[in-house]
Amino acid sequence: MRFSFSDDQDELRQTVRRFLEDKSTEADVRRLMETPTGYDPEVWTQLAQELGLAAVHIPEEYGGQGYGFAELGIVLEEMGRALFCAPYFASVVLGASAILNAGTDTRKKELLPGIASGETIATLAVAEPAGRWGAAGVELQATPDRDGFRLDGCKSFVPDGHIADLIVVVARSPGSSGSQGISFFTLAGDASGLERRLLETVDATRKLARLELSGARAELLGELGTGGAALERTLDQAAIALANEMVGGARKVLETAVEYAKTRVQFGRPIGSFQAIKHKCADMLVEVEHAKSAAYYAAAAAAEDDDELPALAALAKSLASDAFRSAAAESIQIHGGVGFTWEYGAHLYFKRAKGSEVFLGSPAHHRELLAQRLGV
Amino acid sequence: MGEPTEESVREEVRAWLEANWNPEMSLLEWRNLLADSGWGCPTWPEHAFGRGLPVKLADVVSAEFRRIGAVGVATGGGMALAGPTILEHGSDEMKRRLLRPLITGEHTWCQLFSEPGSGSDLAGLTTRADFDGEAWIVNGQKVWNTSAHHARYGMLLARTNWDVPKHRGITYFAIEMEQQGVTVRPLRQMNGHASFNEVFFNDARVLPDDVIGEVGQGWTVALATLAHERRLAGGFGRAVTGEGRAIDEYRAEQARVMEPYTWYPQRAGRVDLVVERARATGRSADPVVRQEIARLLAMTRAAEWTAQRARAARRLGRPPGAEGSIGKLSSSNIARAAAHVHTLISDTESMLSGQDGAMDGVIAEILVSVPAVSIAGGTDEIQRNIISERVLGLPREQSVDAGRPFRDVPKNLG
Repeated sequence: MRFSFSDDQDELRQTVRRFLEDKSTEADVRRLMETPTGYDPEVWTQLAQELGLAAVHIPEEYGGQGYGFAELGIVLEEMGRALFCAPYFASVVLGASAILNAGTDTRKKELLPGIASGETIATLAVAEPAGRWGAAGVELQATPDRDGFRLDGCKSFVPDGHIADLIVVVARSPGSSGSQGISFFTLAGDASGLERRLLETVDATRKLARLELSGARAELLGELGTGGAALERTLDQAAIALANEMVGGARKVLETAVEYAKTRVQFGRPIGSFQAIKHKCADMLVEVEHAKSAAYYAAAAAAEDDDELPALAALAKSLASDAFRSAAAESIQIHGGVGFTWEYGAHLYFKRAKGSEVFLGSPAHHRELLAQRLGV
Repeated sequence: MGEPTEESVREEVRAWLEANWNPEMSLLEWRNLLADSGWGCPTWPEHAFGRGLPVKLADVVSAEFRRIGAVGVATGGGMALAGPTILEHGSDEMKRRLLRPLITGEHTWCQLFSEPGSGSDLAGLTTRADFDGEAWIVNGQKVWNTSAHHARYGMLLARTNWDVPKHRGITYFAIEMEQQGVTVRPLRQMNGHASFNEVFFNDARVLPDDVIGEVGQGWTVALATLAHERRLAGGFGRAVTGEGRAIDEYRAEQARVMEPYTWYPQRAGRVDLVVERARATGRSADPVVRQEIARLLAMTRAAEWTAQRARAARRLGRPPGAEGSIGKLSSSNIARAAAHVHTLISDTESMLSGQDGAMDGVIAEILVSVPAVSIAGGTDEIQRNIISERVLGLPREQSVDAGRPFRDVPKNLG
């Protein structure tokens, strides 16, 4: 169902929303974003063990719940709405999806149950200091060794890379270029030859790390040198997941702005009775609803493994990026002075929107991908 | 006999069509059979040329018409707007007198709502109707009247009481167009087409029997028509195959009804041409053009999905969400973006029109037709008001005319 949710899916949404309304209040967000780890281990355990949310889209044979991207999208939309601070995107979306797309059956059986139970926090390291998302931006080299591989290079913009137990690294074989020679490797977060540093970020609710690898020993995840397609697929799926997370934030921002416009009085009347404000809100709604439709449609397509998936991923990501950014900015404008204060919550969403806008590729990057994928 | 079911309706209409449909009949003869049997308007009540079927079962009826290749009742504004309005608000005498010729197509209708002085504020209309003891005498001017030049009747809104607030002093009339006091003139638009008319009333007459609803209650009746107009937005008529007198006459009628709408695809921006044009001109190599094309295609598809979400919610009987109210505004945004992209693609050639222009003038016609989308059927600004008030629950703008006798409300001059 690409245009509506089933009763079970609605119930999942309600369950996640209730959990996050309790565990991810603005006070919780503010507390966690100031910590270096950026999450509450107790809440993480509850989320994984009691609600099974870390297992949503992982197949049952690997210890998961066996749902698809539609359900994952619902969970992420609610997390985006609540600005939930946890390594969920890193571990469940990026880490697990990379392993599902690139791993051999043996490696999946070895790695996925831990992610599904929440005991392992995983992440995926793709981009490097140049900030490019895709095979062409991968320079980090994998050199064969007596009994494995050694990785040399630098990864950056790695979500929760500073705390992850398991790091999936995208690397290339010496002398290769483009989407050729791409392989996935895994190594432990505390492996020798790996140095990791928490980066200072505009959006403190999404922690990013820089990883320096110098001769770090790593294990091959799937086949050597043929990971280009798996990388593209993982990034497309992640873009769809992120689009769903962003529309959750965008919708919340719109609701907050509308509520404020109803109660804030200037010139003797609520500012929401002025057309200048009403029309802004109506335009926000149009953009947010379009972004939602695209995110839902793309998530359903990902669940069914539609041929159009690559185009839909680029489409959904570009619309969600634009909608969230402009809604978050308009919300601050509607709030006026108070919207620019640290004390008021609008900036938290604004910063999440700014970060998400370019995370996994800017809207312009995704529009170019969309043009290519639609044959323009 | 129990409640009609899909099977029973299908069986009944099929048998009736097999016994009665003959393409060699005249269209009028055939449609009189439709009116007598009720199969032409299956959702209308049995006492008014229908069969009282729910909409879902009416789909079964139209499927059988298509299957056998039979044509249906008249197409156009009469059936779509006047018919349902008269059904809901007309007297029984009026239904008997006016509905049959409307179904057969003998009477075509036009809508006489908008005025030069009242566009978005329809209820601020100033065409007047004064009762002289025998008939209502109409004076004033209407505008944007499709098909008025060949209409037999008009759905007319006129002010009959100036001493009450604007919504309460309006009366809805069925006015005969073929009379001395009515003058119809074509109205030329900025894109060169003349799809609409202006209608002038100079002591035109309407008999009291032709008031639809009560005197002074015209606004309520008008809202019924407008609701049907919104439902009509998907277009009307359908292509028919086959041969025969009735079918030929039906095609001729359709061609006449659709004639004003030849430029409507251009008005919507012709997103369908964009990719092909970008490739053909080589402009698809320009990264700026590529960005704008991708932006447009993303917006277009998302708007379609949003409309489908609204339809899915309706089908499931769920309360309509925000997604149902934004289609009109989205269409404007898309049309404007498409015109922008066509300009980027055609570049300097955008200055030329007609045979000298890109695609024999189609591109130029897009550029000069798109401004209609954000005005016709409710301006973007009115749409934003509706969205912000009804969907988002923001307070209404304070009005200066509410509760005031219309006589005292400021109006346009002349």
